[in-house]
Amino acid sequence: MSINKLVKLGLCALALSISFNSVAAEDPIRVGILHSLSGTMAISESTLKDTMLMLIEKQNAAGGVLGRKLEPVVVDPASNWPLFAEKARELLAKDKVDVIFGNWTSVSRKSVLPVIEELNGLLFYPVQYEGEESSENVFYTGAAPNQQALPAVDYLMNNIGVERWVLAGTDYVYPRTTNKILETYLKDKGVAASDIMINYTPFGHSNWQAIVSDIKAFGNAGKKTAVVSTINGDANVPFYRELGNQGIDAADIPVIAFSVGEQELSGIDTGPLVGHLAAWNYFMSVDSDANYDFIDDWVAYSGNENAVTNDPMEAHYIGFNMYIEAVKKAGTADVDAVKDAIIGVSVPNLTGGYATMMPNHHITKPVLIGEIQDNGQFSVVWETPSTVAGDAWSDFLPGSKDLISDWRKPLFCGNFNVVSGTCGGQAKAAAQ
Amino acid sequence: MGISRLLSHLLCACLLCYAGFSQAQVEDTEAQKLLTALAESSFAQKKAVVNQIAESGDERARGWLESFSSNKLARVESSGQFIIVLENRGRDWTVESALTGENLGDMSRRDIDTVRVNNALRNEIEGILSVIDLKSPDEANRLSAARALKGSVEGTLAERLPELIDAEQSMSVQAALTEALAIFNVEEQGDVAAVATLAGSLNSQARAALQQAMRSDNAELAAAATDAMASIEQKLKLNRAAETLYFGLSLGSVLMLAAIGLAITFGVMGVINMAHGELIMLGAYTTWGMQQLLPGQPGLALILSIPAGFLVSALAGIAIERTVIQHLKGRPLETLLATFGVSLILQQLVRTVISPLNRTVITPDWMSGSVMINEALSLTLNRLYVIGFALVVFAGLMLIMRKTRLGLEVRAVTQNRAMARSMGIKATRVDILTFALGSGVAGLAGVALSQITNVGPNLGQSYIIDSFMVVVFGGVGSLWGTLLAGMTLGTINQLLEPWAGAVLAKIMVLVFIILFIQKRPRGLFPQKGRAAEG
Repeated sequence: MSINKLVKLGLCALALSISFNSVAAEDPIRVGILHSLSGTMAISESTLKDTMLMLIEKQNAAGGVLGRKLEPVVVDPASNWPLFAEKARELLAKDKVDVIFGNWTSVSRKSVLPVIEELNGLLFYPVQYEGEESSENVFYTGAAPNQQALPAVDYLMNNIGVERWVLAGTDYVYPRTTNKILETYLKDKGVAASDIMINYTPFGHSNWQAIVSDIKAFGNAGKKTAVVSTINGDANVPFYRELGNQGIDAADIPVIAFSVGEQELSGIDTGPLVGHLAAWNYFMSVDSDANYDFIDDWVAYSGNENAVTNDPMEAHYIGFNMYIEAVKKAGTADVDAVKDAIIGVSVPNLTGGYATMMPNHHITKPVLIGEIQDNGQFSVVWETPSTVAGDAWSDFLPGSKDLISDWRKPLFCGNFNVVSGTCGGQAKAAAQ
Repeated sequence: MGISRLLSHLLCACLLCYAGFSQAQVEDTEAQKLLTALAESSFAQKKAVVNQIAESGDERARGWLESFSSNKLARVESSGQFIIVLENRGRDWTVESALTGENLGDMSRRDIDTVRVNNALRNEIEGILSVIDLKSPDEANRLSAARALKGSVEGTLAERLPELIDAEQSMSVQAALTEALAIFNVEEQGDVAAVATLAGSLNSQARAALQQAMRSDNAELAAAATDAMASIEQKLKLNRAAETLYFGLSLGSVLMLAAIGLAITFGVMGVINMAHGELIMLGAYTTWGMQQLLPGQPGLALILSIPAGFLVSALAGIAIERTVIQHLKGRPLETLLATFGVSLILQQLVRTVISPLNRTVITPDWMSGSVMINEALSLTLNRLYVIGFALVVFAGLMLIMRKTRLGLEVRAVTQNRAMARSMGIKATRVDILTFALGSGVAGLAGVALSQITNVGPNLGQSYIIDSFMVVVFGGVGSLWGTLLAGMTLGTINQLLEPWAGAVLAKIMVLVFIILFIQKRPRGLFPQKGRAAEG
């Protein structure tokens, strides 16, 4: 009886473990999507959630990866920075996701960072940002300052002959850091301090009259003037409207923006803005088959004939494909294996070239300068001859110019100081 | 055909002084060659090609240049045929042949290569076209062309300008051309006599030319330029002051519009309505909805949204009053929390039902741009309309509160509810109507705001704090106080902004209000009498 029972139990256990194993093999790879679907950032982030769902659907239709399907897990951090951290913890600890795609603002990324590092997750961050960060667990598929801001300033200086600069931004970390980098860079190039005007405005600023009139006066001093705008979000609409109303023409004072894309322009009548500039790594108007296919997919998925695509969407496209390639290369979705495998992975981008994951967890990107057209699109007027690798630590800030990041062994450090030869605290004890 | 032929002749007359005849139309192979050169050369080389096309004398040249400068000249990828894009939104574009003008129907974006243009080329083309426009029979065209010439006159044109000036009938066009020529003479020739022409000019190109002359080695020229600049600076200062005042009044009228509805619900009824901002938002969305209903007529839609916005917000206000506020009478804290909840509900409702993205509200033509007082001072039209609208709304409200039965009843109920009821006034009905009125006015503010700011789910949030600030500063319950407070705060803000920056200016205004409230807790226009005690 007792032996019988034991055998039975043993058989049961065996059967269970076999069935469990077979389930495990077919277990889907769970992809966390951490984008705000409500609150102020919903305007930008909700499209990225849809982009991810589209990419996952497409990958599943093609058979998934390693024979496993992908399963999206969508949460809504509601534009609330602390909630981002909570939702990230929920995704990693409760939903057991294998990877997270998410965040828009730098402050939300900073909020999520400790959680991702503590629970050893993977985060793909798709938006241009101020740099000065490199985490073992984060992959930055948006542009670092040297992939957007600096080439843009070079273009204005060399091709347009700009001598006088207005650095206008929204008052938070990304514009302030970027402008600090730009200020040092311009001064290095011999621009006098009196030829640089810096202006910050709060989020959602809508009364631009006095500032635009100030810019106009600053630009009327007989030197070619340009505005470098890190103004974020919907404050841009009244800003551009005021520019148009006060008759600031792109031929006189061009405005180059780092946060204005097709999505933002879809809220404005771009007639008076024709010729103002933006610097990105992707424009919807880019003439490549990969891009046209992506637009067709997006229009079909969103069911809106006039749906627009933008740079962060391309970043997710690249990030997602890199993840898939890395999982294939590693043969597993295990976080540490993927982290190792993904360095050096190359996938096509949408502009007709390739993006490669660098050892500092940033990717290579072409830099494009586009002029706004009357149909809300950009026309590319300049691009870098080849792709530019993202630099995590800017060479133009005193605290970071000696730092490099390399997540390959044996260095395995996000902020290695090449002068002192030490890793500044952030590195985990990987060398042990 | 006649007009384009005329234009082509003018073009030749202007640009081809040396050409004895004009060839009406170059061979198509020649045209194809020119356009191919335009498509295939670099931006630096394109400038020469643009001039070649202008000088070709082809009657289609103007059309090519115009479509090129607006990014609508393109080439079919497979055949190399040049096309002009008529409609460039979406994935399929409507095109016509650039050479024959034949409509080719819709073509996929994939098959079209746009001929790239940039700001410098656009500027060049604008210059070429404005030379043509100098001979336009329409005075307004000539004037804008002459103004555009300032700072962009070049050698060959400068030689011919004096005769154009002599032939010119209109005084203002003549003045503009003289100034354009003087700028050229000061900049390129160092002509001292021309400096006198520029004295007192408010044109920025003229100032640039004078500033350059001030740095010149020629002492006489530099001295004359310095004198001229001094008189200009004086004038500019006055204009800047006038401009700041205008900015202040315009911001003030926006604040007043946003707050005046609150002055009724909060000021008169004593209801702290945190959903006030969302009522403004509803008004703005009504404008958007109206424009969706009447495509192609943004102006009419905007005018119709004035009553519609009022109605929508008023109805929403009644719903809020009936479902929430009336049950919380005399419990301000609960009202505050409940209406805050309502505001979140309304925001998310808009996000879910309409879209989290901002909606485009088109500004009608008669509201865009600015009225130019002089070359240093122009008043933006949309703001001008908003100032006027705010004053009309204010006057209307005053009229209702002072001259109508409703106004009388409202004042009676707020002063002494029990007494008013015993006099036969239906207090509940008055409550509803007052709240509807305040909400409706918020809707009107939304209609106006749709013209100067974003129409999105967060619209209301950005105005609710400002609205309370204005009402408290002006004195709770006083419409005049709201008007004066709005204008004062607007002007102070705009005075501070240029030297303190937008963030600091806002903080300073808040600090100012806190200090003011310490001194006069009841605001600018405190309510007097027994009503104030309650």
